[in-house]
Amino acid sequence: MAVQVLIQTEDVKKIYGMGEVHVIALDGVSISIQKGEFVAVMGPSGSGKSTLMNILGCLDQPTEGRYILDGVDVSEMDRAQLAGIRNRMIGFVFQSYNLLPRTSALKNVMAPLLYNREQKRNTNMQQEIAAEVLKAVGLGDRMAHQPQELSGGQQQRVAIARALVNDPVLVLADEPTGNMDSQSGEEVMQLLHKLNQDGRTIVMVTHDHEIAAHTQRTIHLVDGRVEKVIHNGSGSNSSAFEKVSHESH
Amino acid sequence: MNLIEFLRLAWESITKNKMRSLLTMLGIIIGVASVIIMISISAGTEASIEEQITGLGSNLVYVTTNFIRAGARMGPITISGGGEEGGLVFDDATAIAEEINGVSAVVVEQSSSETVKAGAVVLDGVTILGSTPGFPSVRDMEIKDGRYFNQRELDHTQKVAVLGFDLAQELFGEGDPIGQTVTAGDTKLTVIGVFNERGMVSGVDFDAQLYTPITVVFQKFTPSMFARFMGNRVRVIYVKIEDLDEMENIIQQISFLLAKRHEVSLEEADFSVTTQQDIIQTQESTTAAFRNLLAWVAGVSLIVGGIGIMNIMMVSVTERTREIGIRQSIGATPSDIRWQFLTEALLLSLVGGLIGVLVGIAGSWIFGEISEMRTVVVSTSIVLAFCSAALVGIFFGFYPANKAAQLDPIEALRHE
Ligand SMILES: Nc1ncnc2c1ncn2[C@@H]1O[C@H](COP(=O)(O)OP(=O)(O)O)[C@@H](O)[C@H]1O
Ligand SMILES: [Mg+2]
Repeated sequence: MAVQVLIQTEDVKKIYGMGEVHVIALDGVSISIQKGEFVAVMGPSGSGKSTLMNILGCLDQPTEGRYILDGVDVSEMDRAQLAGIRNRMIGFVFQSYNLLPRTSALKNVMAPLLYNREQKRNTNMQQEIAAEVLKAVGLGDRMAHQPQELSGGQQQRVAIARALVNDPVLVLADEPTGNMDSQSGEEVMQLLHKLNQDGRTIVMVTHDHEIAAHTQRTIHLVDGRVEKVIHNGSGSNSSAFEKVSHESH
Repeated sequence: MNLIEFLRLAWESITKNKMRSLLTMLGIIIGVASVIIMISISAGTEASIEEQITGLGSNLVYVTTNFIRAGARMGPITISGGGEEGGLVFDDATAIAEEINGVSAVVVEQSSSETVKAGAVVLDGVTILGSTPGFPSVRDMEIKDGRYFNQRELDHTQKVAVLGFDLAQELFGEGDPIGQTVTAGDTKLTVIGVFNERGMVSGVDFDAQLYTPITVVFQKFTPSMFARFMGNRVRVIYVKIEDLDEMENIIQQISFLLAKRHEVSLEEADFSVTTQQDIIQTQESTTAAFRNLLAWVAGVSLIVGGIGIMNIMMVSVTERTREIGIRQSIGATPSDIRWQFLTEALLLSLVGGLIGVLVGIAGSWIFGEISEMRTVVVSTSIVLAFCSAALVGIFFGFYPANKAAQLDPIEALRHE
């Protein structure tokens, strides 16, 4: 099977502020992630994880360096083009869910379809697709509920459904289970693993070593640099035994 | 996104936050309503002026006493006939009728208030309007039954009466009044005619009056204090002209005739001669000035409404910064965001405009009811106010919409 690179960053730097007081959030990050991979990003608070995720998600642009997504250099794109990339190629899952308030789960999931300029669908089609994705994340019976009527785990699953609705090549999740109890966190992780098994590329920030261990690779950031990359095993559902045998090679 | 989707989104947002939407629309509602109310007042005023003018009949010349000059010339007042000199007198009217060609009617009016009886019916405070035979023609009154009195009856002080439409109904009901006798004060009058309905003109109910030769009023009825002071003087002589082209010429003839009779020069005349044209012109320039003023007030209130929209839209953009960030993160382009807020501003002003139209129509009606001023809702004012509301919405929605479109996604998402 030919290996295809989906994400490639070349010496990406992000510097906040100019002159005397400036923060170097990313200090030359070069990583490469292949299609179908499930990668965890770890690191102490303030090490630049979110900054990296925002750049990978095209929400932000590097101060220096290049970011090539699926063979396209996106570091020089304008705001409208980046919006298009975010809409069709990337699904972003936030720690704080970021659902539209006072808007039903169905409407939340439909929203990215509205902004899809490549594939215009009528409202009925949009509703059908959104409903299908909501069913797939196990919320078929909560479609009319508004965010404030849902639990944290349910809200995050709505957010995941929204991230998936335009069938993106890349799903980014910045501490997706950070705000919820372990039971809900477990459910969300199962969902992400299932997505990965279906072939979706996932990059996820986590503080939980246990969770990270169940991904294929963990990228460790310290002070805006890649400190180390650990290969956890062959698959997202790799067991502890496999991980040990892998490391013994 | 297409326009319908943007409108639906805007509608959802407006209905989701009704209080905020109402506040945003308030300026527009007030602006549009005040435009409609003010124009309806202006149109109502114009309509009643026009009605007054037509109510006086056309081709009219008014000869009026110039009191400032006449006062100096007036002699001592006597009960029987007023002063010796100064001001217009009844004989002036007769002279105009007799000596000037091209005059179709000359009318002089003098009124008194009397108790009128017919059989068992007694009515207090009926206006007895004494006039001359030209009265129906000058006042555009139509005879329904019988006839008006003639010159001979006027000259001989014949005690005849013509009844207003409502007065005839009240005095005689279904019966035929012609040939019957009515008693006005102590004087018995024979009914010779009944007028058709005429309605209110300049606040006077022409259907409730009793009409009789002015000589009868001079001789038989207690004149008002003012009339007693005036003696046989008259305030106005109405002169109806046969041919409008002769107007200037006839005005000059009247002026010469009266100056000669009063033994004054034209420069020092104790009377003035005005045409209906002069009056229409003054009225028109007054209403035009009024309308200009209204246009300014309306324009200002719409702009204030627009600034209100801009203000609350700015607050709304700040309040919804996170929503904007969320939309950007799932693929909304700057132009998507701009259009979202523009359509919202537009829809707010259209809905506000619509409410303003309803408030304006209701307000015009209520104002007309409580102030007794006439109001006429003008359909073009509705269209005008509505369209300006839409324009104002787009114009003042643009700045906040641009502000929203320029937000940085990361910063917007971080906003609490
Ligand atoms: N908008 C910003 N302005 C200035 N400094 C920032 C900004 N965003 C992040 N930083 C700084 O960049 C560094 C990395 O932040 P972040 O990527 O959020 O870290 P992490 O997600 O790993 O906790 C931190 O020192 C943070 O204070
Ligand atoms: Mg972070």
